[in-house]
Amino acid sequence: MEEVISQRLIVSISPHVRAKEDVRAIMFDVIIALSPALVASVIFFGWRALVIVSVSIFFSLASEFIWQKLWAKKTTVGDLSPVVTGMLLAFVLPPSSPLWMVAIGAFVAIILGKQIFGGLGYNPFNPALVARAVLVASWPVYMTTWTRPFDGVTTASPLGIVKMELEQKLPSYLEMFLGNRAGCLGEISILALLVGAAYLLYRKQITWHIPISYIGVVGLGCFLLKRDPLFNIMAGGLILGAFFMATDMVTSPLTREGKLLFGVGCGLLTVLIRFTGGFPEGVCYSILIMNMLTPIIDNITELKVFGG
Amino acid sequence: MKRLFSFKGGVHPSYFKELTSGQPLGRASLPDKVVIPLSQHTGRPAKAIVKVGDEVKTGQLIGESDGFISLPVHSSLSGKIADIRPWPHPLGPDVLSIIIESDGRDEWVSDVTGHEDYFRLSPEEIREIVKSAGIAGLGGAAFPTHVKLTPPEDCEIDTVILNGCECEPYLTCDHRLMLDYPMEILEGLKIIMQTLDAERGIVAIEANKPDAISLLEKQIRREPSLELAVLKVKYPQGAEKHLIDAILKREVPPGKLPLHVGIVVDNVGTAFAIRQAVRRGIPLVERVITVTGSGIKQPQNLWIRLGTLFGDVISQCGGLRENPEKIIAGGPMMGIAQYTLDVPVVKGTSGILVLAEAKTFAEGECIRCGKCIDACPVNLMPTAMAQRVKSKDWVGLKRYSPLECMECGSCAYVCPAKIPLVQYIKWGKEEFREKEKV
Repeated sequence: MEEVISQRLIVSISPHVRAKEDVRAIMFDVIIALSPALVASVIFFGWRALVIVSVSIFFSLASEFIWQKLWAKKTTVGDLSPVVTGMLLAFVLPPSSPLWMVAIGAFVAIILGKQIFGGLGYNPFNPALVARAVLVASWPVYMTTWTRPFDGVTTASPLGIVKMELEQKLPSYLEMFLGNRAGCLGEISILALLVGAAYLLYRKQITWHIPISYIGVVGLGCFLLKRDPLFNIMAGGLILGAFFMATDMVTSPLTREGKLLFGVGCGLLTVLIRFTGGFPEGVCYSILIMNMLTPIIDNITELKVFGG
Repeated sequence: MKRLFSFKGGVHPSYFKELTSGQPLGRASLPDKVVIPLSQHTGRPAKAIVKVGDEVKTGQLIGESDGFISLPVHSSLSGKIADIRPWPHPLGPDVLSIIIESDGRDEWVSDVTGHEDYFRLSPEEIREIVKSAGIAGLGGAAFPTHVKLTPPEDCEIDTVILNGCECEPYLTCDHRLMLDYPMEILEGLKIIMQTLDAERGIVAIEANKPDAISLLEKQIRREPSLELAVLKVKYPQGAEKHLIDAILKREVPPGKLPLHVGIVVDNVGTAFAIRQAVRRGIPLVERVITVTGSGIKQPQNLWIRLGTLFGDVISQCGGLRENPEKIIAGGPMMGIAQYTLDVPVVKGTSGILVLAEAKTFAEGECIRCGKCIDACPVNLMPTAMAQRVKSKDWVGLKRYSPLECMECGSCAYVCPAKIPLVQYIKWGKEEFREKEKV
């Protein structure tokens, strides 16, 4: 008996049991959390929204798969992270985006945003936002063409109306809360985004620190600068960015204190860009800039060791 | 519902305690031989005082303690010394061990004398009895108990906590001991309090042992100096510094001992052993262990003579199911995987866990989710430490206080990328200690 078992025994360091949750399960939670916003985008912008999301996911998966095959690396598409990236990228694109541009965006997100740094876990920037930044610089017209929900008539975004001081009627708070306004695919419905955010908080995949400090600082900034806080929180991509982009695990700080700093920084930059910059919206750049500071924030925030 | 005490961090593994918690303590039949390692405790090994061929009785001193932080060892059988040589040890490399062949009679040494009037004993006398009985902490760390009972001059101990949390999954030996010997355990607690001149005694139990809680509550009601603390079910609730923090809100500073905040924590099994030594004069020659897991045919708690080989213990429990993949001394969170069944039960062995299937995981990349940081009860940054260790940045490791890690395994347990964080941190600690020495 002794001989038989000796050959089969696994000798490894404790702990000998592990939690069920793996990276794939976390990504799956994020996908579930993004689903209400996906449904909202289809309701307001029609089936084309679903086509854009599908194209984005498909090209994200394909880019990752082909890149890893080319470099003879183990494929990681099974961890579902390209699906999350694909969904998030589609969510920050206008509903009228040409499909070829969506495909290029997905390629940029996966390859330039993630794989060239070594893949998931090593990317300094949020991949979907890298792609958005590249697309805004490359095809600014497509990236700033907004359409009205339901009828698809070209219009300005709410933040654009304010920035350009246009003579257009702003959507009501209720319309903005439900998502009946021009904007990127996934950012319009605050209700849908909050449902998803609540799920992520409940599942402990995100903590409140980044979104609340981010949104809080934007609200406070608006209040101090005598702008409408509620409008500014619901307009643009703040809710999507604060709950789903700034909270990206890989590119945000590790500690709770660090997360608070990160959120405050995002908030200040968003206020700065929206009210003094050339663009009507600043969420994307704010998060990208704070992504750059994440290693520094991790270095300056230290945890108090138990009993210390 | 009374408020449950708890701490920050920790994890919620599956407990599997029902495999063994329902059955009363059994007693194993005597093994044909025992292997008594001279080192079963933290500190210097004992020195053998018997030679090959000597006849020994049960309870006879066979290894003397060597200094203050050391303990003696006793024969757990009557029989003949067959050999004295290095032998596999459940905690690591081979240890010089005394091998005793049983004569089957289990004759005890004649000079076993207890002190029914223990309350007349002085603290020095009790410490001497506890040391001579070879008592080490039975919760797993196996620190010599008399050392804990000897606080430095400047430390006044006001409270003794009796640790009956048993937060490790699968293990139920402390639970069963509390159910079967509540009076004896409380007597042990009172002896400890008397030795330390502590006015408060607290029995700490996790909320998943309602039968033990109600039983001890009944006993304690008559004792004004004793209280019961019910703790939230969370791993590692039984870690002594966290237990103290949970119940008394006192944080033990890094590098310090509970003594420094006026507290001594002892395991319920240790209290029982102290009671046996003081009142009945019985040295530590047996303990309760939980033999459990999917690879054991009849999981149960058993009184086992120290030095009984794992293989003999398992035979008493119906044997192994076919081809187990992992054999662990202790529980699944902090226990040590064994490569052979020829290791003996030692003072700190709280269980033998045999897993029919043991999953192994490919190490993934850290996605910086921070779950390890949230889970760390000591508030460390496991992933940051693992990164420094991987890049052999020993200097960079220093600021993350690696030596504070108690290797509870909560970080590695939660890690979604299945990074063996404890393994990296252990490696880092080794290197770190080496560097500090230079």
